[in-house]
Amino acid sequence: MSVPRFWRSLGSRYNLEGTHCTECGEYYYPPRDTCVNCRRLGKIESYKFKGTGEIITYTIIHTAAEGFEEQTPYALAIIKLDEGPSLTAQIVGNPKEVYIGMRVKPVFRKLGEDGERGMIYYGTKFVPAEA
Amino acid sequence: MVSTPNIKEKYALPEGVDLMRDVAIIGVKNTKYGELWNRSLRQLVVEAGIGAIEDAGVSGKDIDALYVGNMSGGRFIEQEHIGALIADYSGLSKNLHVPATRVEAACASGGLALRQGIMNVASGYGDIVVAAGAEKMTDICSSEASSALAAAADREWEGMAGATFPGLYAMIATLHMHKYGTTSEQLAEVAVKNHRNGAHNPIAQYKNQITVEQVLNSVMVADPLHIFDCSPITDGASALVLVPAEEAHKYTDTPIYIRATAQASDTIALHDRRDITTLDATVVAGKRAYEMAKMGPEDIDLVEVHDCFTIAELCAIEDLGFAEKGKGGIVTAEGETAIGGRIPVNTSGGLKACGHPVGATGIKQAVEIVTQLRGEAGGRQVDGAECGMTHNVGGSGATAAVHILSRDR
Amino acid sequence: MTIGIVSYGAYVPRYRIKVEEIARLWGDDAEILKKGLMVHEKSVPDLDEDTATIAVEAARSALARGEFDPARIGAIYTGSESHPYAVKPTSTIVAQALGATPDLTAADFEFACKAGTAAVQACMGLVSSGMIELGLAIGADVSQGAPSDALEYTAAAGGVALVIGRKESELCALIEDTYSFTTDTPDFWRREGRPYPEHGGRFTGEPGYFKHVTNAAKGLLKKLGTTPEDYDYAVFHQPNGKFPTKVAKTLGFRKEQIAPGLVVTKIGNSYSGSCLMGLAATLDQAKPGDRIFVTAFGSGAGSDAFSIKVTDRIEKIRAKAPKVSELLKNPVYLDYGQYAKHKGKIRLA
Repeated sequence: MSVPRFWRSLGSRYNLEGTHCTECGEYYYPPRDTCVNCRRLGKIESYKFKGTGEIITYTIIHTAAEGFEEQTPYALAIIKLDEGPSLTAQIVGNPKEVYIGMRVKPVFRKLGEDGERGMIYYGTKFVPAEA
Repeated sequence: MVSTPNIKEKYALPEGVDLMRDVAIIGVKNTKYGELWNRSLRQLVVEAGIGAIEDAGVSGKDIDALYVGNMSGGRFIEQEHIGALIADYSGLSKNLHVPATRVEAACASGGLALRQGIMNVASGYGDIVVAAGAEKMTDICSSEASSALAAAADREWEGMAGATFPGLYAMIATLHMHKYGTTSEQLAEVAVKNHRNGAHNPIAQYKNQITVEQVLNSVMVADPLHIFDCSPITDGASALVLVPAEEAHKYTDTPIYIRATAQASDTIALHDRRDITTLDATVVAGKRAYEMAKMGPEDIDLVEVHDCFTIAELCAIEDLGFAEKGKGGIVTAEGETAIGGRIPVNTSGGLKACGHPVGATGIKQAVEIVTQLRGEAGGRQVDGAECGMTHNVGGSGATAAVHILSRDR
Repeated sequence: MTIGIVSYGAYVPRYRIKVEEIARLWGDDAEILKKGLMVHEKSVPDLDEDTATIAVEAARSALARGEFDPARIGAIYTGSESHPYAVKPTSTIVAQALGATPDLTAADFEFACKAGTAAVQACMGLVSSGMIELGLAIGADVSQGAPSDALEYTAAAGGVALVIGRKESELCALIEDTYSFTTDTPDFWRREGRPYPEHGGRFTGEPGYFKHVTNAAKGLLKKLGTTPEDYDYAVFHQPNGKFPTKVAKTLGFRKEQIAPGLVVTKIGNSYSGSCLMGLAATLDQAKPGDRIFVTAFGSGAGSDAFSIKVTDRIEKIRAKAPKVSELLKNPVYLDYGQYAKHKGKIRLA
């Protein structure tokens, strides 16, 4: 991941900043500039998500993506935020405790880094809401 | 007609849409699929292309256009401009200057190259068109290859979260199991069947038979998917020759006709899908193909589906109407998708056993159907096959291409 | 001039390693170590936690407790001896993650274990001069102890954030005064580019910790004309349990005064977070009107002493963020192999 490419999306990665179409009411995370329902007629504004949601599905990754090797095994989930949209994120903690329907809340963590010399990427992961 | 999930009618094919002229396949060729350490991308495509031209009984100077499906030459061999490279090394550039176009839609690149070739001929622009697909994946290490493949998903919002390609399909599997009671054993049955089929395919990467226990005892990649639930990293190329249907008998006694070509898109990220366990792109492309061919699933004698992971085959047969939603595992475990069963699926061995050189797969699927419909499939022949389907998926389901091929025009 | 604490927030990672487990690896006697150090276990960061993530979590906790607009923060100073970057501030990461950007100043501090209290003093200066309205001072660390070194038994992870302000109605505690005692004493250091610190062994005791803590404490008591009996609680930097217990006794503080803030037993030494963690734990239970005497120590060496008086507002805001005791619930214990993985001691490439 290049530095500018990550930097552009810091607000979304750190603080779950997404968008909202005031025309149809749909919420978008990751943010979209064009409403998929209204297209050109949509009125998009920025929106900061509360961050609470529910696990729709998950997996435990044993063979990691490049840059995530030292984190295995880790839980990866699709989380439906309370406002509606879903996102993909890691679930922090014991991956064996993750289940479909689990309520989660956001935490600030390291997402990855470009080796020992490169940039460190921070962002949002999730933990069980009751923890 | 076909019982598919609730897709609005407006997403179906516009009424009356048909090809301007019918198209037929008159020549096919696959290279060997596998870890081909001593073969380069250009060698593989030239072998497949020349083989298909020979099979068709045409000459290079007759070719009006070349389409080549290739997902990631840039990542796998640091080579872009694949179309020109292939035309050059096939002898189609010097003196002939045949237009060559690379088509990319991740793992559906081959299926889309086929579709572009069909539309070229159907429009009347070209009379003899080659559609090929190729990928050379073993020149980089497997972790780099996995990373290149993960680029088929949403790099910024899936990849950066630590998603791998098996991880995305594993999340489909987890929910499929949760919603429908699908089991790891049922997933394993897909791999077992496809290895059984691959054993009869001379080009297949894996010709060994495996058992459910072997699948379940293999290394876990992304829970619940084991390594034997995943298609391998493969080198290979496939090609075929397309002509107008009315010309086909000039070249061969057994032309295979394109009865439908259909394609559909969906969200790039899995998390944005209407239903994680349904590939709507597959449903819609399938529905469009059935409408175009004026057929239903019951008219299809065999199908090559995109089994990049075992769960993908279950979703595919459900989404294409060969099994009720959620019953793909049961149907598979009961042998209905085996050769000799109700609807043989992936007689080539599928992506799982035949191998998955990503850009080539969509073409290889069509080559397999042509081989079957010609009655030349040997030990894996489906008796009396008249009509077959191919189903090629890009990413976790953002692109789907479905073709229906038939002995009848 | 009124100056004080608007809010505070603490963060401790969920993972722990017991002294027994480290001693098992090196063949040390755990019972002797536990008795000598008065430390039973220490906190360990998760694989994806570092000083920046800990600082952000502590600061977000302070924001939740204080319920103020982050745009009011005019300065963020993060004190640590384990900033993730040698060059590139941790404080900008915190500022962005809090939503405090861009109208503020920010910088990182380093002064061994007292960089956090140095940040508090800097914020006090900016706030009382009127340059800024609110200042955010953070002490956070994922401290490193070399394998088999004595420090490995205590070097822990954690962080505390204090919001400093001057509007009397929003202060949960007044900072009555502060006094520092600083000399050039090389009792502990880490050279640029080296993974683990070096220390002077027993030299870190008398010429380092005890001399500086005692002088800073005595200096502040003299400045204010107070005695240990005027305070309900006292917190001293806690590299282990023994040093603060001993220095408290020397200065004339009772065991009961330091007990609520003596969290080192269960967390270990969270370096820049250590003394502030003791303060946070004390604020978690102090009543309006209670006075707290705080003295931090940083090797190199210096001590910052503070006299703090709790206000009525503490009762209103205390429960809006997790107490230190709540952060210590449900720990997950690691074996040495897992600990080595968490601490990045296993090189994959």
